[in-house]
Amino acid sequence: MPVWLTEDEYRVLAAACDRLIPATAEGPGAVAAGVPDYVDGLLGAFLVDPPRIWAGGPTSGRRGGDAAFTRFHSLSALDELAWRMRIEGSAGHAEREFNGPVVGLQEQVRTGLAGLGADFAAAPAAEQDARLRADPAFTEVLYRHACEGMYGAPEYGGNREGVGWRAIGFEGDVQPRGWTDDEVTAP
Amino acid sequence: MTVDAVIVGSGPGGSTAADVLTAAGWSVVIVEKGRNHLLDPDDLTRPAADFSNDELKFRARHFLGPDPLVEPRTFRRSEADGDRTVVGEVNSVPSTVGGGGTHADGKVPRFRPDDFRLLDLLGPQPGAEVADWPVGYDELEPYYTEAEWSVGVAGAAGANPFAGPRSAPYPMPPGPPMYGATLSAAAAERLGYHPYPAPTAANSVPYDGRPACNNCGFCSFFGCPIHAKGDPVALLRRALGSGRAELWPESFVSRIRVSGRRATGVDVVGPDGTTRSVGARHVIVAAGAVETPRLLLLSDLDHPLLGRYLMCHFQTLAAGSLPVRTYAERGRAVTHVHDDMIVGDAAARTAAAGAGLPWLRGGMVEHAGAALPVLEAQHYPWGPAHPRLMADSPIRARLWAFIMQGEDLPYAHNRVDLDPSVRDARGFPVARVTYRPGPHELVASEHYGPRLAAILTEMGAEWTSVSTSPGRGNASSPAAVPESRHNMGTVRMGTDPATSVADPTGHLHGVDNVVVADSSVFVTSAGYGPTLTLVALAARAAHLLAGTGPPDPAPARVSPAPG
Ligand SMILES: Cc1cc2nc3c(=O)[nH]c(=O)nc-3n(C[C@H](O)[C@H](O)[C@H](O)COP(=O)(O)OP(=O)(O)OC[C@H]3O[C@@H](n4cnc5c(N)ncnc54)[C@H](O)[C@@H]3O)c2cc1C
Ligand code: SF4
Repeated sequence: MPVWLTEDEYRVLAAACDRLIPATAEGPGAVAAGVPDYVDGLLGAFLVDPPRIWAGGPTSGRRGGDAAFTRFHSLSALDELAWRMRIEGSAGHAEREFNGPVVGLQEQVRTGLAGLGADFAAAPAAEQDARLRADPAFTEVLYRHACEGMYGAPEYGGNREGVGWRAIGFEGDVQPRGWTDDEVTAP
Repeated sequence: MTVDAVIVGSGPGGSTAADVLTAAGWSVVIVEKGRNHLLDPDDLTRPAADFSNDELKFRARHFLGPDPLVEPRTFRRSEADGDRTVVGEVNSVPSTVGGGGTHADGKVPRFRPDDFRLLDLLGPQPGAEVADWPVGYDELEPYYTEAEWSVGVAGAAGANPFAGPRSAPYPMPPGPPMYGATLSAAAAERLGYHPYPAPTAANSVPYDGRPACNNCGFCSFFGCPIHAKGDPVALLRRALGSGRAELWPESFVSRIRVSGRRATGVDVVGPDGTTRSVGARHVIVAAGAVETPRLLLLSDLDHPLLGRYLMCHFQTLAAGSLPVRTYAERGRAVTHVHDDMIVGDAAARTAAAGAGLPWLRGGMVEHAGAALPVLEAQHYPWGPAHPRLMADSPIRARLWAFIMQGEDLPYAHNRVDLDPSVRDARGFPVARVTYRPGPHELVASEHYGPRLAAILTEMGAEWTSVSTSPGRGNASSPAAVPESRHNMGTVRMGTDPATSVADPTGHLHGVDNVVVADSSVFVTSAGYGPTLTLVALAARAAHLLAGTGPPDPAPARVSPAPG
């Protein structure tokens, strides 16, 4: 269940993400890794308190220590202004328009998904790729976030159980264990 | 309220001033516009727990600020570009308690004696305003030593054959070399260069009550989760532990109040948006070399050269893929550097002459890999090739690179001023950077780029590529903001008020009690990270102010913690 997008929009998003980072013999694709949930979770970051912007520290629990990444940071007033501008856009609020109107991610993604077409998920792969190439600005935004969702920390909703990291042999966060001197110099 | 000193900015420069002044018995308020993620809000002498190995938080989501949506800067290459070509992130260094020290990976070499007197030794460069510093290496040496011991620097005295003389050893031995750096250092040596362990402000052994670095690899661009980085956490914790310092985070200094030849204090916009005035006997400005001139301009402390001579290191990057993994995700980002390309040789002199230049200098070369998969992924195309490229990983797991911090000469056309219309969320004009490399930088890069690539080839690289930041020729797009996070030179220091903005003690000419304590005062940029030199200069300025004079070379204030 998407938290911010509609079910229909989410279906288009998922199909688009799986073209950007497809499943192959090397590993799972974007959908299996939870990338659409990462994107939807960012668009709906302010639906939860504290908003899901910055995971906590210092450790995730994956290499010892507490599972502190799940305790998201609270935002200051200035942080909240910045992130509402980034996600929601200025949306007519005077205090967000000190340098003019800002188009937020929600609007960029909603408009971009609509442009891919309601039938996108059912279209053949070649047709899907052609539609993605037809809107390079939106596809760039989507791909940037798909990469974040694929290889960022799982606490943000993507990279489910670390599948993105495992596929590329990356250990992810390593505190508090770190690496021994031998592992650094003579791996 | 009135305090002995208000310090603007809590980065390495401001923290150093706070440490020295509180040790001398002064009361200080450190005003910092960013948030406090460094120190425990309930006990400011203890670490906070906010830093983590989290690429999204630190690289994609502006955790340490400044967020370009609410605190943008603007950029243009020259006046011919119009008012600006970029609004957003420009030469950003974190805006947070601890400033750029929090996420720098802290390679902190000293400059060498020659670096302070290029005009005397080499003569002028056409188009540039090369000048000698009013402070030389010998005078700065005791402060370099103090800085290395108070911050906590791991290094090997004598390992760099080109280094200046030292009055004391490093307080810690170097940490473990990274695997890739063992390969690149050996290749560089085979080609006649002199790599050495990078002096680094991260503990190699427990020191000053903080643990040894555990090589987590999320170092450059990340706050240290275990506080093994000393710069500036050590300085700040000591200052706050003195009981004579207050730290005001989320507080923006919007103006230095001046009456005649004296500053009386500052105006501070607090977290709730209200402004209050604070009286101070002295104002120490350490806001970084872009924000410091901005604040002086906002305060109408004008001087025709204020903001000019911005230097930021013209970086040349040579990269290549090895047939094997380089394991750059383990360790402190950079463990080896070499100085040969700033020292120069006969080939460099020939290249300069061939290009019609009197001389050229490159910069210190960092031996580095790549560790971050999100950043890597965004460089590959989308589609079926993506998973294969990520698994093969030519530009992360198998990448090795050299980054030359090319010495940027001071040009009057490279500058910081106030943008005529872009504002921050608080309503104040933002800093505008006008920057383009000069002929010297381009020729030096052209000369050394292929030589860096040759070391990669010697290592067995499958391919090599050389690029610069900003790009040269066709790559020099109107949006080509330099990648360098080393900002210097916008409040030039000198004896003559006609050719400099600050005097040799860091005081603004014409104002008795405003001292600049960051890299704004640099006269030239050398080819080294600026931080240790700006810390040494800030320590010197603070000692001169407090009348405590140069410290004893055998530092008493810091004792290594038992192993
Ligand atoms: C990823 C990275 C790696 C780096 N690596 C190295 C390295 O290896 N070696 C090296 O020498 N350097 C390195 N640097 C550069 C280093 O971070 C800077 O040289 C250093 O932080 C400068 O210190 P400073 O005190 O002058 O200014 P800053 O660290 O910029 O601190 C200034 C502080 O002042 C605050 N401030 C600004 N204006 C105001 C205002 N009006 N009111 C209140 N507060 C204000 C800012 O928020 C900021 O926190 C690196 C930088 C980055 C980003
Ligand atoms: S590599 Fe060391 S100094 Fe750098 S962040 Fe990790 S533990 Fe801290």
